[in-house]
Amino acid sequence: MPERTVLLALALAAVSGLLGLLFPRRSPWGQRLTTLVAVAAGSLGLAGVAHYWQRGDSEAIVYPWNLLPGAEFHVLVDGLSAVFLVPIFAVFLLGSIYGLGYWRQAEYPDSGRKLRVFYGFLAAGMAVVVVARNAILFIFGWEVMALSAFFLVATEDERADVRAAGWLYLVATHTATLSLFATFMLFRAASGSYDLVPIATGAATPAMLNSIFGLALLGFGIKAGIMPLHVWLPTSHAMAPSHVSAIMSGVIIKMGVYGLVRMSSLLPLTVEWGVIVLGLGAISAVLGVAFAIGQQDLKRLLAYSSIENIGIVFLGLGLAMLGRSLERPDLVVLGLAGALLHVVNHSFFKSMLFLAAGSVIHATHTRDIDLLGGLSKRMRWTALAFVIGAVAICGLPPLNGFVSEFVIYLGLFGTLGADHHALVSAVAFGAPVLAFVGALAVACFVRAYGVVFLGVPRTAPASHAHESPPSILFALAVLALGCMALGLYPPLAVLPLGQAVQAWAPDIADATADLERLVPWQPLSTLALSLAAGLAAVGTLLWTQLGRSRVHESVTWGCGYQGGTPRIQYTSSSFGEMLVGLFSWALRPRIHLPFIKQLFPQESYFRSHVPDPVLDEAVVPGLYWSANLLAWFRVFQQGSIHLYLTYIFAALLVLLLIPQ
Amino acid sequence: MHDPINTAIQIVVVLLLPPLLQGVIGKTKALFAGRMGPPFLQQYYDLFKLFQKDSVFSTTTTWIFRAGPVVALVTAFVAALFIPMGSPRSAVSFVGDPIVLAYVLGLSRFFTTSAALDTGSPFEGMGAAREVTFACLAEPALFLGLLVIANLTGSLQLDTMLGTVTDHWSTEGASLALVLTGWSIVLLAENCRIPFDDPNTHLELTMIHEVMVLDHSGPAFGMILYGASMKLLIFSALVVRLLIPLTGQGPWLDWPLFIAGALVVAVLVGVMESSMARLRLTHVPALLISACMLSAFGFVLLMR
Repeated sequence: MPERTVLLALALAAVSGLLGLLFPRRSPWGQRLTTLVAVAAGSLGLAGVAHYWQRGDSEAIVYPWNLLPGAEFHVLVDGLSAVFLVPIFAVFLLGSIYGLGYWRQAEYPDSGRKLRVFYGFLAAGMAVVVVARNAILFIFGWEVMALSAFFLVATEDERADVRAAGWLYLVATHTATLSLFATFMLFRAASGSYDLVPIATGAATPAMLNSIFGLALLGFGIKAGIMPLHVWLPTSHAMAPSHVSAIMSGVIIKMGVYGLVRMSSLLPLTVEWGVIVLGLGAISAVLGVAFAIGQQDLKRLLAYSSIENIGIVFLGLGLAMLGRSLERPDLVVLGLAGALLHVVNHSFFKSMLFLAAGSVIHATHTRDIDLLGGLSKRMRWTALAFVIGAVAICGLPPLNGFVSEFVIYLGLFGTLGADHHALVSAVAFGAPVLAFVGALAVACFVRAYGVVFLGVPRTAPASHAHESPPSILFALAVLALGCMALGLYPPLAVLPLGQAVQAWAPDIADATADLERLVPWQPLSTLALSLAAGLAAVGTLLWTQLGRSRVHESVTWGCGYQGGTPRIQYTSSSFGEMLVGLFSWALRPRIHLPFIKQLFPQESYFRSHVPDPVLDEAVVPGLYWSANLLAWFRVFQQGSIHLYLTYIFAALLVLLLIPQ
Repeated sequence: MHDPINTAIQIVVVLLLPPLLQGVIGKTKALFAGRMGPPFLQQYYDLFKLFQKDSVFSTTTTWIFRAGPVVALVTAFVAALFIPMGSPRSAVSFVGDPIVLAYVLGLSRFFTTSAALDTGSPFEGMGAAREVTFACLAEPALFLGLLVIANLTGSLQLDTMLGTVTDHWSTEGASLALVLTGWSIVLLAENCRIPFDDPNTHLELTMIHEVMVLDHSGPAFGMILYGASMKLLIFSALVVRLLIPLTGQGPWLDWPLFIAGALVVAVLVGVMESSMARLRLTHVPALLISACMLSAFGFVLLMR
């Protein structure tokens, strides 16, 4: 039974960090033991999932749990849980190994043990979220995840900017939780219990269902980082240690996606919801990557790119929801399978990119890409991992990102000509949007890769960079192999995806068979393999044929100009200037440059950066405004515990007095 | 491999025809300028010569710089196999292959622009930035055209789409004319022709594609030229097949018809280049956005 294996694995994950506390601060053995247990937990969890896919013999585990009325310890692995368990355990396992080199106990004696405790809790909490079948257990796992992530973001809490990022995250995640409390309360009112079972059509009023869905979209949307609810995401991803950023971007934000996927499987869907999710996806995808092009902080750039990818996932999910409400099983299968495959793919390549970024930071101690350059010669393997991740995230063949985007494309094109319903055909406009996003992603990642790894080093730290230790490279290598495996042999994904779609839409007769029929899996695999083989063959043939004797070395041709310095290289801002200009209505870039007065201007400067307008111009002023408005409320906030207890008592009394 | 004869012809055409297109463009331009111009076969000589030459590599560069030309050539060849040319079936074809086409060319763009940045030269950085920027606007135009054709033909397989789309000229001519215009603009942009880019200019600051390959020499440069010509053939084929139906009388009539069509496109490109100047760089996005809008209007017309 996979449930027992998964529960055992998540229990191991939860205690892995605690075991490290048994060792003294200075000893490396605590971290080693933690990592060993984490690897065991991760492998066990993955084995459980593999077993589920092979045998499919899941069986609910139910224990009474008298924490709250309606609470129950009810755990079940189904197709959807299984797909989300893969990134949870895989990234947790690899992140722990990566931590051996990146966050060594000897280097960080103060924060290392705390980090690993919460790292373990985080993985356990997420695993509970995806296997829980009771809303209260779900919220329990959700809060363990959300709070552990807060402590992880605030790992270096001696720094003011890290604390600020932590608070921002905490505010956002509490807002999400509040919204989820409301969601599940309404859900219980509609369905009669906290069990996560489908609400029958007609069991609740449309207004009730719309409220449930709206609140779920808000709560899960904040966690997923969908625009414009993404305000917490870039800063906290940038400030956290890189293996934490990797699990945040690769897995935590996917819990928002999971929540929405699970919730949408329980409610009778309407066309409007599908359109809303699709629209939010399109906005997030385009603006996410546009913001990424404006960033100079490598990790902020990757964070915005996560918003883009969540947008792509939402495109697929919205399509599936639309397909379900319009009874088009082909759209359901393609949309949801594409979205879920993109979830898994993104967890692989985005974790890899964050880990590679961490490797760069480890070597150079800066996240500013305009201070880097030429790292490809100094950190050969990190650079290779980054380029693999970049090709994959741009959705280019022969790697895995292409496959999931291809499936979503097929779904979007599939809406054409159905019955000439204008709405359905309008959905097809998602295809050009996705094409636009794909091209922008190429621009974004060529810029990131080129400025960080190619050319010559712009500053001393970049020229003194060194390759990272093997534990870091090992994690990168495994993720790279994952991207290649799913890209070169996509049929691997058919069965897990089919089961997941089946779990989401039980009314489809045979989702796996549909998926097999609708997507040309075998040709995709042949294409990827022959493309890879062709590149390797032509490359080897040509460059060995040419021989070493006929190759001369020289400096880069400066078009006649001899006085080049590293500083004349194209920078990240100049590379993105035209695209940032095209999107200036949304990005609102800030440009600082002096007004030139004399005929022979003296030393000058130019600075440009792209802040987050939603945070700076909407959320923060809005919060100040409401704080001023509610200042009178401070009368009640006296800071003494007994007063608060009195409030609680009074509130309970009032609630008891209200007749049922 | 449904049809070994046509597949073989397609491979031969993809390998041999592209340099001739460049020769035709060159001759047309020379005719307009009252010159003799280089012979039709000039690019074959150029390629032959380049493949004999030594290479010079900058000490700044890494393996990416060497991979760029290889990727450009291989992806262009692979993409060309998906394109229906002089036969009802293209050499390789499956559901969704237009998406594959766009993304395989995207892979080429990723590596050629990265190779440009690998040199550390500001000029090449400039070219790379322009290339990726303009591609962002050309890609939706291509896909909006595909939407129109997919909607008309009910297929998502390039050879079926372009094989049957010509039947719809009589009924949905307006939409198709808009797509044809949009795609022609994409052809010029993707292949860096006037009005987007001037392949003959010698001022690095104004160039796009040529400036990206400044540092490539010898066989690497040959591969880039060859790949670029194949890309021209790919886009010419899309335009030709959108406009001209095959006769269905077998390969011996259809292939010459197709090749003649591709050569006419080359002549038209040459006429275009002789009769107008390059756009100011800041105006290029506007033209590409209008190409998107044209194709989008074509789609909206279908939904009336």
